[in-house]
Amino acid sequence: MRAAELAVAAACFFALVQGAAAAAPAPPSGAASCSGCHPTSPKAETRVPRLAGRKSTDIVAAMQAFRSGQTPATVMDRIAKGFSEPEIRAIADWLGAQQ
Amino acid sequence: MRAGTTTRRTFLKRSLAATALLPMPALAQGPARVVVVGGGFAGATCARELKRRAPDARVILVEANPTFTACPFSNGVITGLRELRAQQFNYEALDGMGIGLAFVPATRIDPQARTVTLSEGPVLPYDRLVLAPGVDFRWGSPAGYDEAASQRMPHAWKAGEQTLLLRRQLEAMEDGGLVVISAPPNPMRCPTGVYERASLIAYYLKTRKPRSKLIVLDAKDSFPLQRLFQAAWQQLYPGLLEWVPLSNDGKVVSVEPATNTLVTDFTTHKAAVANVIPPQKAGLIAEAAGVADRTGWCPIDPATFESPLQQNIHVIGDAAISGAMAKSAFAANAQGKACAVAVTALLAGETPSAGKLINTCYSLVAPDYGISVVGVYQPVNGQYVDVEGAGGTSPVEAPREMRAAEANDAAAWFRTITVEVFG
Repeated sequence: MRAAELAVAAACFFALVQGAAAAAPAPPSGAASCSGCHPTSPKAETRVPRLAGRKSTDIVAAMQAFRSGQTPATVMDRIAKGFSEPEIRAIADWLGAQQ
Repeated sequence: MRAGTTTRRTFLKRSLAATALLPMPALAQGPARVVVVGGGFAGATCARELKRRAPDARVILVEANPTFTACPFSNGVITGLRELRAQQFNYEALDGMGIGLAFVPATRIDPQARTVTLSEGPVLPYDRLVLAPGVDFRWGSPAGYDEAASQRMPHAWKAGEQTLLLRRQLEAMEDGGLVVISAPPNPMRCPTGVYERASLIAYYLKTRKPRSKLIVLDAKDSFPLQRLFQAAWQQLYPGLLEWVPLSNDGKVVSVEPATNTLVTDFTTHKAAVANVIPPQKAGLIAEAAGVADRTGWCPIDPATFESPLQQNIHVIGDAAISGAMAKSAFAANAQGKACAVAVTALLAGETPSAGKLINTCYSLVAPDYGISVVGVYQPVNGQYVDVEGAGGTSPVEAPREMRAAEANDAAAWFRTITVEVFG
C-alpha cells in the first residue's frame, strides 16, 4: 500500500516536472505572426524565406532595410514600420533560436 | 458488454482510491485539458500550437466536418480559375501530433461545470476552452433571405457546396445576363472578399460573357482598398462593373427568391444570378456559451483572448471582437498562435502579456493583379488598435509587375498558411 502510494506520488511529481520543462519560452511581441507567410514547415512552396535558425543579426539588418525603404518590398516595408528596434531585436533573437 | 462495465467500474474505483490518497493541489496539476471548438484557420492553428507548446496537455479539437474547405481563394473557384479540391484539407496532421479529434457538432457548453457537450459521444471536461466558431448568418436579413433562399440565391460566404452553386449559376447564365452581389454591413468576415469576388466575376464575364453586367449593391459607403479596387475596375472592367453604395440606394432590404429579385428602398433588381451575402454574427455556439454580447460578437481580453463574460473560455478568429483587426484567415492564424501561448502560460500559473499582432490580406482584381492591405496592431485600453505609421495598402500607382508580384505573393501565402495549419 505504501509502495503504491509512493509510486503514484512519484508519477505525479514526474508529470509536474515534465509539464514545466515542456513549456517553451513565449515568443516576443509580434513574433508568432511571422509564420503566416514565412513557413516553419519545409513542405511550403514559397519564395518567402524561412526565418527559423537564421542569424539574428541578418534578420535585424533585413528588417531595418525594409523599414527605411532601402529594400523594395511588397508588404514587408509596411510591416517592419510597426516594430521598434528593441522589438525587432527580440523577434530576431527568438527566430534565430528556433529549430 | 459486462466485462466492459466491470473494467470501467474497476477503473473508476482505482481513480477514486488514488484521489483519496493524494492531497488536492497535486491532483489539480494532472494533464491540462484544453478543448478547442472549431477547426478553421483559428481553431486548428490554436490546437497545433497548444500541442507544440504543451505536449503533455490533452488537446481535443471539436469540428463538425472532417474536411475543411478554405474560404480564401474560393472566389477563384466561383469563377472557374481553380477547383474546390484545391481549397480542401483534412486533420490527419493534427491527428498525428496527438490532438484528439471529435468530428461532431458541439451542442452545449456549461461554463460553470466546464464541460462541452457533443451531439454524440462523451461530455468533454476542460480546464480551458477555446472557441473558434467563425461566423453564422443573421437569417431573415434582408427580408426573405433564409437558408432555403440561399439555395436559389447563394451566399457562397462559407466555402463548399455554396461556392459550387454560385459557380454553376454563372456558368449556366447566358451572355448578356445581369449578376447582382448584395454586400452586408460591417462587421463581416473577409471585408475585402466581396470586392475581390466582384473583380473576379467581372473578369469571368469580360472573358466569357462580355455583354453581361455586374452590379454590387452595398450596405456600406466605403470598403478597404477602395481606391485601388475602383481604379483597377476603371482600367480593367469599364462599363461592366457598377458599385452602388449605401448612400446611393445600395442597401438590399428584401429579396424574392422565386424571381431572383433584390429590392432596395427605391429600386427593384431582377438578376440572372444573385449572390446575397447576408449580415453576420459570431458562430451560434458562442451564443450558447454566453460569450457573445448584444452585438452578436464576442468581446475578448487582448492579452489572453479570454472572454470577459465567461472565465476560462477564450474566443479567437472571426467570432472575436478584435478591434482594428479584420476578420481574415491571416488574423485568425495569428490569433490562434497568440491564444495558444497565453493559454499555455495560464495553465502554468503565469501571467501572459499582450503583444503585437500582424494581419495581411491579399485581394485579386484579376488573376495576375494582386493588391494587399496590411496592419500591425497593439493592445491599447483593452482593444487591438493600429500601430501608427505602419500598415496600409499597396501603392495606388504601381507598375503591373508589382501587381503581378502581389498576385504571386497571394498564392504563396495560401500555400504556406494551409501547410502551416493543416500540412
